[in-house]
Amino acid sequence: MLLSEATTTGFFYLAPWIVFFPVIGLLLNIIIGGRLPERGIGWLASAASFASFVVSVLLAYSVWAGHGHVESVFLAEWMHIGALQLDWTFRVDTLSTTMMLVVSGVGTLIHIYAIGYMHEDVRFKNDPGRFRRFFVFLNLFIAMMMILVSGDSYLMLFVGWEGVGLCSFLLIGFWYDMDTLGRPSWANSNAGNKAFITNRIGDFGFLIAGFLMFTYLGSFQFDQVFAVAPDLAHHHPEIIIAITLFMLVGVAGKSAQIPLYVWLPDAMAGPTPVSALIHAATMVTAGVYLIARSAPLYTLVPAAQYVVAFIGAMTALFAATIAVGQYDIKKVLAYSTISQLGFMVAAVGMGAYVAGMFHLVTHAFFKALLFLSAGSVILGVERGHHHAAHGHGHHGDDHHEEVFDPGDMRNMGGMRKTMPVTFWLYMIGTLALAGIFPFAGFWSKDEILLDASLHYKGVYYLLAIAAFFTAFYMGRQIWMVFFGEARHEAAEKAEESPGIITVPLMVLAALSVLGGALNLPFDGFHNFGHWLEYTFEPFVHVEALPLDLVVAGTSTLLALIAIFISWLIYGRNPLKKGQPDPLKKPLGFIFTGMENKWFVDEGYFAVFINRYVDLANFLADHVDWRFWHDWFHDKVIAGTYNWLSNIALNRYADQRGIDAFFDGWGKVTKYLSASMRRVQNGFVRSYALSVLLGVVLILGYLLLK
Amino acid sequence: MVPETYYIALSAILFTIGALGVLIRRNALIIFMSVELMLNAANLAFVAFANTYGQLSGQIIVFFVIAVAAAEVAVGLALIVAIFKTKKSIDVDQMSSLKG
Repeated sequence: MLLSEATTTGFFYLAPWIVFFPVIGLLLNIIIGGRLPERGIGWLASAASFASFVVSVLLAYSVWAGHGHVESVFLAEWMHIGALQLDWTFRVDTLSTTMMLVVSGVGTLIHIYAIGYMHEDVRFKNDPGRFRRFFVFLNLFIAMMMILVSGDSYLMLFVGWEGVGLCSFLLIGFWYDMDTLGRPSWANSNAGNKAFITNRIGDFGFLIAGFLMFTYLGSFQFDQVFAVAPDLAHHHPEIIIAITLFMLVGVAGKSAQIPLYVWLPDAMAGPTPVSALIHAATMVTAGVYLIARSAPLYTLVPAAQYVVAFIGAMTALFAATIAVGQYDIKKVLAYSTISQLGFMVAAVGMGAYVAGMFHLVTHAFFKALLFLSAGSVILGVERGHHHAAHGHGHHGDDHHEEVFDPGDMRNMGGMRKTMPVTFWLYMIGTLALAGIFPFAGFWSKDEILLDASLHYKGVYYLLAIAAFFTAFYMGRQIWMVFFGEARHEAAEKAEESPGIITVPLMVLAALSVLGGALNLPFDGFHNFGHWLEYTFEPFVHVEALPLDLVVAGTSTLLALIAIFISWLIYGRNPLKKGQPDPLKKPLGFIFTGMENKWFVDEGYFAVFINRYVDLANFLADHVDWRFWHDWFHDKVIAGTYNWLSNIALNRYADQRGIDAFFDGWGKVTKYLSASMRRVQNGFVRSYALSVLLGVVLILGYLLLK
Repeated sequence: MVPETYYIALSAILFTIGALGVLIRRNALIIFMSVELMLNAANLAFVAFANTYGQLSGQIIVFFVIAVAAAEVAVGLALIVAIFKTKKSIDVDQMSSLKG
């Protein structure tokens, strides 16, 4: 298209390229990746993701230049069957471009980080070919996520929704055949299955919501659905409630809310860049995006909003308490992610869509930062472990026998000195997550709390306590990992990570510090709010709330108290080697509960999974084997057949009936041929006679007819 | 001018004598001669009809028949000689080794 045309109509026509670029990247890596050096593969994938980011920026610029103009970019017909008219159309508005920018921007940084990280991972020494596969999956994820956020209909969104679910499964189980140290194990593969199956339960809800939507609203396309919905809500609000609540089941699966959050902690089995990209920054926020996108539906039914807000708030608190009792550095962050997703879901449930989306964006920055820094810590410890093992000389072999988990915080300590850059980056992420002024998390979390304090008191209390726990477990983590003395040789000899790992982190750290500036609670600074207003305003009134010093002060005070308490417990008297957690004794069974995730997994096993296995066993053993195989097939079918053949095909019927019949035919043939052979007597003259007789007969016939 | 009926009658008589010769006699040479008799009976009929209807094709086909008969005689006599050399006989009833 000509440049002049582009300036008048914007860059909307570029929209499909947000999907095409990553797809081209992954195809190139599949085709020529085998001949590229390791870095080339990584940079190619990063470039594809970056190209997608550039297009997202152009799209955002076009939307901004068009004053929030909503553009639908038609790409292809999908299916047209009767009333079902589905196209692959890109919807470019303020909400979708926000998601595109986060996905491709954070995604690109994580791609670059992954070049360094995956090279360092000890397991690559076993199989260099997986490097390429990893980046192919990452690019596929970016493409699918882009389809999700840019879809113009619920069904197109669902395509991306399933696509990212697939990528999540592929990447959680990326080391499907070995554990953290490269020993054979199926644990990662099982974690991938758990995530996939749990998400299927959520998708079931999403699908039901979609079917209801099509049945009663007659379309999947956003604008058409939103146009008809108010009328239906007026006459039959229960249908809209059913649609929104079934949609919430899908959200609970994808965004790890109660009761389907259990897959996310296990998803930490994936490589750390995957945890950061998919299971913290982007994919798990798809549920929040879905509710924000469906804002016109949710605002019609306050009852459903209430449920969403409470589910979110309870998840926020519940997961925060579990995070307190975890020892794995990534598990703490995983529960923290669930908790923060709870904040977002609560926000969009309350109708505070801007606050929810704002927290989504800042959370993408600081949680990606925290995960990637945690990955850097783990790599540092692994390097230290390597040095320690080699330093021991002959004793090195014994050292390897000991099961060493480089992600266990009880093995760390004092890493402030060995990994200073990572330490400072981690600190920034922690302060942002804990909601300390003036980091990004402060502004976004505060906006949610403020909204809750005005409209939903119950949600506000739950979230405030969750925020307290958030600051506490992050403080605990900082003291345990970076302060005190090293509790393992590996932590003592840990080494700082190279620049390719730390530089993307610095960018994320800058965003975590400054991200709050997107939407400051002062007049004239509600930029993000005004930006999203373009999308929400026709349906929802966007409140631009001023800063409330009481709410902001309370949450900051709570966070500071929590950090102080964590210092009292973990900072003042650092954990010694082999010492149990100091909270274990005073809290007793409560801490055991936190440590064991409140036994939710065990509960699910007892209530659902074991019952399911019992049912499967029953079906296999009794129904399939005993009923179908032993009884139906062996007794009924085979038995009847045998019985029938004994009756009908006994000696008499067989030999005297069937045998005799066919033998009879044989005898007839034999007899006929015996008489016919006499004709061939070998005498030329008799042959000549028969020729003559034949001629006479034919001629006689011809003459007399 | 002899009427054509006479020719045809003569042709039929010759053909019948030839056919009977083939069927009754056992000497291969005689059978052969009887076959020639039948052929020439047919030739006679051809020529007679050709003469009656003023058509040349009847005359021409007779030449063909004579040529083919000559070739047949050459092959047939050679066969008879070969049979005589192995069997020391030209009785056709002796040559029945192909009976079914």
